[in-house]
Amino acid sequence: MTVPGPEQPVGRIRFMDQQRVNLDGFAVEDPDLGLVALRSPHDPEPGLVISDGRVVEMDGVAEQDFDSLDAYIARHGLDLSVAAEVMALPDTELARRAVRPDVPRAEVIRLCAGATPAKLARVLALLRPAELMMAMTKLRGRRTPSNQAHVTNRLDDPLLLAADSATAAAFGFREIETTVPVLADAPSNAVACLIGAAVGSQGVLIQCSVEEALELELGMRGLTSYAETVSLYGTEPVFTDGDDTPWSKAFLTSAYASRGMKMRVSSGAGAEVLMAGAEGKSMLYLEARCIALARAIGAQGVQNGGIDGASVAGSVPRGLRELMAENVMVMMRNLESCSGNDALMSESDMRRTSRTLPIVLAGSDFVFSGFGSIQRYDNMFGPSNFNAEDIDDFLAMQRDWGVDGGLRTVPASEIGELRRYAAQACRAVYQHLGLADFTDDHLERAVDAAGSKDLGETDTLAVLSAAHAIREGGLTVVDIVAALDDTGYEAEAEAIMEMTRARLSGDYLQTAAIFDEELRVLSLVTDPNDYAGPGTGYEPSPPRQAEIDEIRQARGVDDLRAEQASAAELLLAPAGPALAGQDPRDVVIGVSPAVGRDVWRSLSGLTVPEVLGELLAGLEEEGCAGRVVRFNDTVDLGRIGLAAARLAGSGIGIGLQGKGTALIHRRDLAPLANLELYSVAPAVTRELYRLLGANAARHAKGATPDPARNPYNDEAIEARYHTTVIALMALERAWVQPGEPAEQLSAEGLQ
Amino acid sequence: MTGVGERRPSAGPPASADQPVSGGQPGRAGQPASAGQDGGGGEQPGVRALSGRPVSELTLEAVRRGEISLPDLRIHPGSLEHQAAVAEAHGNPQLAENLRRAAELTTLGDDEVLAIYEALRPGRSTATQLTTLAASLDGRGLPRCAALLAEAAEIYTRRGLTA
Repeated sequence: MTVPGPEQPVGRIRFMDQQRVNLDGFAVEDPDLGLVALRSPHDPEPGLVISDGRVVEMDGVAEQDFDSLDAYIARHGLDLSVAAEVMALPDTELARRAVRPDVPRAEVIRLCAGATPAKLARVLALLRPAELMMAMTKLRGRRTPSNQAHVTNRLDDPLLLAADSATAAAFGFREIETTVPVLADAPSNAVACLIGAAVGSQGVLIQCSVEEALELELGMRGLTSYAETVSLYGTEPVFTDGDDTPWSKAFLTSAYASRGMKMRVSSGAGAEVLMAGAEGKSMLYLEARCIALARAIGAQGVQNGGIDGASVAGSVPRGLRELMAENVMVMMRNLESCSGNDALMSESDMRRTSRTLPIVLAGSDFVFSGFGSIQRYDNMFGPSNFNAEDIDDFLAMQRDWGVDGGLRTVPASEIGELRRYAAQACRAVYQHLGLADFTDDHLERAVDAAGSKDLGETDTLAVLSAAHAIREGGLTVVDIVAALDDTGYEAEAEAIMEMTRARLSGDYLQTAAIFDEELRVLSLVTDPNDYAGPGTGYEPSPPRQAEIDEIRQARGVDDLRAEQASAAELLLAPAGPALAGQDPRDVVIGVSPAVGRDVWRSLSGLTVPEVLGELLAGLEEEGCAGRVVRFNDTVDLGRIGLAAARLAGSGIGIGLQGKGTALIHRRDLAPLANLELYSVAPAVTRELYRLLGANAARHAKGATPDPARNPYNDEAIEARYHTTVIALMALERAWVQPGEPAEQLSAEGLQ
Repeated sequence: MTGVGERRPSAGPPASADQPVSGGQPGRAGQPASAGQDGGGGEQPGVRALSGRPVSELTLEAVRRGEISLPDLRIHPGSLEHQAAVAEAHGNPQLAENLRRAAELTTLGDDEVLAIYEALRPGRSTATQLTTLAASLDGRGLPRCAALLAEAAEIYTRRGLTA
């Protein structure tokens, strides 16, 4: 035994040190570096001075000292008609109005239009987590929550992208964002995702996140339908380092709209800190400037909540609260919130869940600004906070809380068909347009692949050359539609044309717009959030609720009955009434009512005949003779065991429920007492059942038994088996008949 | 083709059963294109593409005949004007202004749009270049974009963002 020296912590601490959360970096709060979440001593006091209809001082800065962000916000971002009213409101009062269900969303929006960045930062810093959730529930623009997926892979493989895009669309994502490890591949990725999404669901918006000129070009050709990587930063030097100004961003925003493309900007805590440009300000205040600017330049929405800097916010006290406050602030500015959760902010499953859960529960325009619908290693944005590894977890979370996070279960067979169809359509289009040829083997691998590592060796140069041909050939969405049509994919061609037509009205340029599967636009205009307390606001429709509830893992009694029936054997036939034994070596194994009828497999996976075989063998080893008796009047194991003991010539009985729980009883004990109990049925092995049989025999002989230890482990045994136990007990109970006598069962074939 | 051609019957999260109703219908500002009057998406009669063709003509049949080209896929300025009015009526005059600038930009080619964007990036243009460009845009019927450039010239000079 090594005793730790003073320099080494004790084992308990060493053990704690090994937990994954300790891979995360935690920073000491340091306002001078901008490592402070909600409020820095260097944040300005909120203030606004208006003279002759012009802002002459904002948040402590005089007009002549405005930097370019201040200048743009002061000239374009504030509703001066309400500024005096809102700036005079105490911070707590505005905070309360943001949260209270009886203050309408519209009133909060009206007031906040005149609030300066520092004012909103102060107000949001007051909201506690539950209050942030209330505010988000009330203030998001669109009533119906939604979700966005990342669809990328390491190889930019088009067939895999098409299959994964179809999969993401089928799972319910209404926006799909792709990007590239190799910039020049971008046009190919856009085309593959477009085709795949059209197979998976109608109306999914597609984005290819690359440098601005190329992204705009893809949009102008109709290959993509939205953009969101137009970045804003909270200080002028960092903004300029990003090679833009508020005016260039405002122009770009209009440029996207002029080509009929939906667009939102990106910001979020941590970016300025990472570039050593936070100027000592809090993350929330700097983000407040970004959001005010987003509104000022006329963007319809903001992707924030940390984004690439999420783990910077996560490293400081109250950092996760700051991330959610950013989203709520976007909503207060009457903009679409695409709420982050798109960067893995912790190595700890608990921390990353803790970061995301409140937003899932409150509901956002987009709960994730990129749920990694592909595996972590294939996510070319870097791993998201949730990825393909977590889709089933997310579906379970939706179901647990009864909330709509935008996703749904898709039957496994349907996923298989969709993936095949999407990959085939993509291959056909690439071949038809002379872009690339893909082998049958490649197609099969793409259909089946859980990730690009399952593709084997692929020809990445073929992708590059296809992308080059798309770009240089000037291919547009019309060429893709024609190719789909020519190769037999008329439904997909028609779907993309319908979407192209629907986009031309521009309705989806409004705040928080998505298309539903019938190509109706849901936005702040057409689907306004009307939350005003319990009983109001968004509630999933019954069909939607069913999608949320019916995850593919759910099992009912009928499923279990069928499963049990598949293990049924021609054994355990009734063999007459059960009689009292006289032989002192006679031990009775009492079984529950459904044994030999509906219940054939115990929770450990052993069949009931196998369990009985081991018990009988154990009895025999110790010189006793066992017989099997079914008790038809109770499911209670203690009563079964006791009744068995009273029938036995030895006075010792074994009770066995079909699910595998077993005990040893003696005729003179109280019903709830016992000599040995194996309560953890799923973990009981053949060897333990044999030992139980042997021990029962030893009790019968008056010898000393060798008590077994219940096999415990660290798994969530109850979570795994409780639903099965409930169904098994229902099967048992269905056979209970009060007063029905016990019957002997044939032991033939059990050993 | 077999397979998934038959689409999934299930209503997705977006296929919400409680269908939203139109939230406010401001007067239409668009001239030829009466774009999405109910803001509800789908295909509304009267919406035209930049080319002037009614959206209803943009069919798969027309694609087969080789009749569809890029201007048929571009949004009409009238649709953007209409959306600007809708945005204004829904508490967002800044989004309205953006959409009106966008309506102006529909008349410019892609290269020119990208060139103006480039000119507005930090350190690319002198104040004079920006004001000259602004004047030219103003003269060509893009007053809102012109105003944006003129203001940039003023602020860039003060903040050292000019070339």
